Amino acid sequence: MTATVSEAIADRVLRHPFFVDIDPTLVHAMVSKAEERSYDVGEMLVHEGKPAEEFFLVLEGKIALEVGGSDRPGITVETIEKGEILGWSWLVAPYRWRFDARASKPTKVIAINAAAARYALAAHPAFGYHFLMKLLPVIADRLENTRVQLLDIHGH
Amino acid sequence: MATDALRSQGHSHGTLGVTAHPYAPRPFVVRARTQETPDTVTLRLAPQLPGDRLSFKGGQFNMVYVFGVGESAISISGDTAHPEELVHTVRAVGKITNALAALTPGAVVGIRGPYGQGWPLDSARGRDVVVVAGGLGLPPLRPTLYEIFRHRESFGRVEVIYGARTPKDLVFAEEARTWLQRSDIRLQITVDAAERDWNGDVGVVTVRIPDARFDPANTTAFVCGPEIMMKFTAQALVQRGVPAEAIWLSMERNMKCALGFCGHCQYGPSFVCRDGPCLPYKTLAPLLAVKEV
Amino acid sequence: MDPLKVGDRRVLERHDFPSLFRALHEKGYQVVGPTVRDGAIVYDRLSGVEELPIGWTDRQGPGKYRLERRQDEALFGYVVGPFSWKKFLYPSHERLWTATRDGTSFVVAPEPVDGPPLAFLGMRACELAGVDVQDRVFMGGPVVDPGYAARRRRILRIAVQCGQAGGSCFCVSMGTGPGVRQGADLIVTEVLEGKRHYFLIEVGSPEGAAVLADVPLKAAAADDPAKAEAIVERAAGAMGRKLDTEGIHDLLLKNLDHPRWEVVARRCLSCTNCTMVCPTCFCSTQEEVPDLAVEKVERWRRWDSCFNLGLTEMHGQAVRKSGLSRYRQWLTHKLASWHDQFGTSGCVGCGRCITWCPVGIDLTEEVAAIRTVTPALATSEGKK
Repeated sequence: MTATVSEAIADRVLRHPFFVDIDPTLVHAMVSKAEERSYDVGEMLVHEGKPAEEFFLVLEGKIALEVGGSDRPGITVETIEKGEILGWSWLVAPYRWRFDARASKPTKVIAINAAAARYALAAHPAFGYHFLMKLLPVIADRLENTRVQLLDIHGH
Repeated sequence: MATDALRSQGHSHGTLGVTAHPYAPRPFVVRARTQETPDTVTLRLAPQLPGDRLSFKGGQFNMVYVFGVGESAISISGDTAHPEELVHTVRAVGKITNALAALTPGAVVGIRGPYGQGWPLDSARGRDVVVVAGGLGLPPLRPTLYEIFRHRESFGRVEVIYGARTPKDLVFAEEARTWLQRSDIRLQITVDAAERDWNGDVGVVTVRIPDARFDPANTTAFVCGPEIMMKFTAQALVQRGVPAEAIWLSMERNMKCALGFCGHCQYGPSFVCRDGPCLPYKTLAPLLAVKEV
Repeated sequence: MDPLKVGDRRVLERHDFPSLFRALHEKGYQVVGPTVRDGAIVYDRLSGVEELPIGWTDRQGPGKYRLERRQDEALFGYVVGPFSWKKFLYPSHERLWTATRDGTSFVVAPEPVDGPPLAFLGMRACELAGVDVQDRVFMGGPVVDPGYAARRRRILRIAVQCGQAGGSCFCVSMGTGPGVRQGADLIVTEVLEGKRHYFLIEVGSPEGAAVLADVPLKAAAADDPAKAEAIVERAAGAMGRKLDTEGIHDLLLKNLDHPRWEVVARRCLSCTNCTMVCPTCFCSTQEEVPDLAVEKVERWRRWDSCFNLGLTEMHGQAVRKSGLSRYRQWLTHKLASWHDQFGTSGCVGCGRCITWCPVGIDLTEEVAAIRTVTPALATSEGKK
């Protein structure tokens, strides 16, 4: 992880749909540690249970979220694409990933250090509120989608 | 006569067949059959060889054998105080369990066992007890529930949470209704999804944990059900402060010998048949996070 | 000469070797030992010295095995072949019992273990260790496997120390050889010096001493023990490969998500060769074999493998579905979990899995790769 982030990365973050209407100086504070990464098809981004030390803005490609017990291969329950954000485990104790994430297409992301981001959110409460209010609809949508999936599993 | 033939072949049936060949099943007769749910049946068995009885600990299992078909590992779901009656609750999912579920009174099955480490009820004495069962996870817990009822004064608060996919899938439904009437335990029943004629709780069992009444630091938990259900339940209990070493899960894996020789049931370093099936979450947690262990 | 006792050393000349066979036959043993068949040195029933792989050696490496003629007429001048002694103690197919219908019930008749006691002629140090490992599996727990125990009680172990290392083996890394330290009834070292060809024999047990009673033996020369040591040292110094076992238990079990598993999984065919040739692998399955009228049923046990999908089948599908998970299970069990289960490594360093893998996967390389390549996740975990 670079100590300072390049202009190019900061620029891409600012233009990402998730951050596009947030005050740029606060975004800079949040992404004080960030880097661009590429993943080949099949490469894992995160493993369930491991510390959630970063979150990701997806620039290109597709990421499959897999959950399950240790008695099966993982089941993909959702896919995350360009323009979306991956990861909220970094905001909720115990800050450990709750799923596996695997690139299902060649994928490019910006990985943002979670500790630095959490600090920025705590240090600027108004920004923190704004950020969480952007994140909440994303999580709510996913919850609703999961309910619809559940109904289908039960054959209703 | 069957007994003489067996004796001459080196079988001893008096004390769980301790000197008997470890791979040879003993005959048990089906005395009664109850349909629990569309695909689940309870068989009440009695030993056929004179003097044979099966003493067991709640959480243990037998290898149940159908002549000409094969063996399947099935938890014992009866009462430890009545070893003269062996009870097994079977879900018909494969060749052997379908054959078992089709048996009628008078049929004879083979039994090898009991095997495995059961629920460590002794370690729960003087503590609050939380019992969480998902679907077919209730039968392996029932013998231990009976023991808790019998020695109720030895435990603190007792919370039982039982969940199934739909109301139709609840096993021991009649009996569970009598447990709802008890004042010495608190039972919550929930289903994943239901139609309008169900006015009970809907939601996964983990939803019941935040409101359950127990002192986390002084609680022992027994959890049994599909692996994913046990995983999330254990996490919810840990979230409430129950120590990982006081949470016990009943693991399940393919078994052939149940003796620790065939290698089939290994889960990490554990042989589920011998070191389990009841294992502490503290040991299981790192493996539960990995796929295809 | 005085009756032999444990620790005594004697010399048996090459031309007297047939008398060892005679002595074993007289004591009622069926000799089982190395012989050339189908381009390999396998273990089978032997009736005489002439059936030994006289003048043959083997060349082994990842995915490679071939026999070559030696310059001399050594009887034991090879390393290890595809099969181990496992198949004689723990047969690949074994009938456990037969059951017959009796009205609505049935009567079970366990299979007796019969056959003559066997003399294993030519056990390598790693193979002795392999038997020791399986002893713990089948006899070290609360239940003893009756078939294994019955067969195990009736074998005579004649060890032969290695005078050369194979291309695949690494017994030095595993602490199992090449010198034979214990567990043998007789320890033989073959010596070829110019025109002289003889065997230094050390008595390892009273049973071994009893067999030598009628064998023409000479006193060992003063320098014979040192010669035997030197032969073993030479083999120890020429090992084909090494396995660094430092902290191997945690290294493997804490790295179940290591990217190296993907790499090896792409090569592994799940062919099960490695588990079949391995002296310690013990997975088995059981089969119910009824006759046509289902009046009589046989229960058979046969070798299985953790690479087989059926091994973990539960509720209609395999738990370890991917080849990756099955390779990972094999390696972590063999080198890590085995310690928790039985108190030793499951690997004796014989190298068979490397030689007989059709794509030449080398577990010493895989462990080294996991050790040296630390992914970002492992690093950040370390930082905590």
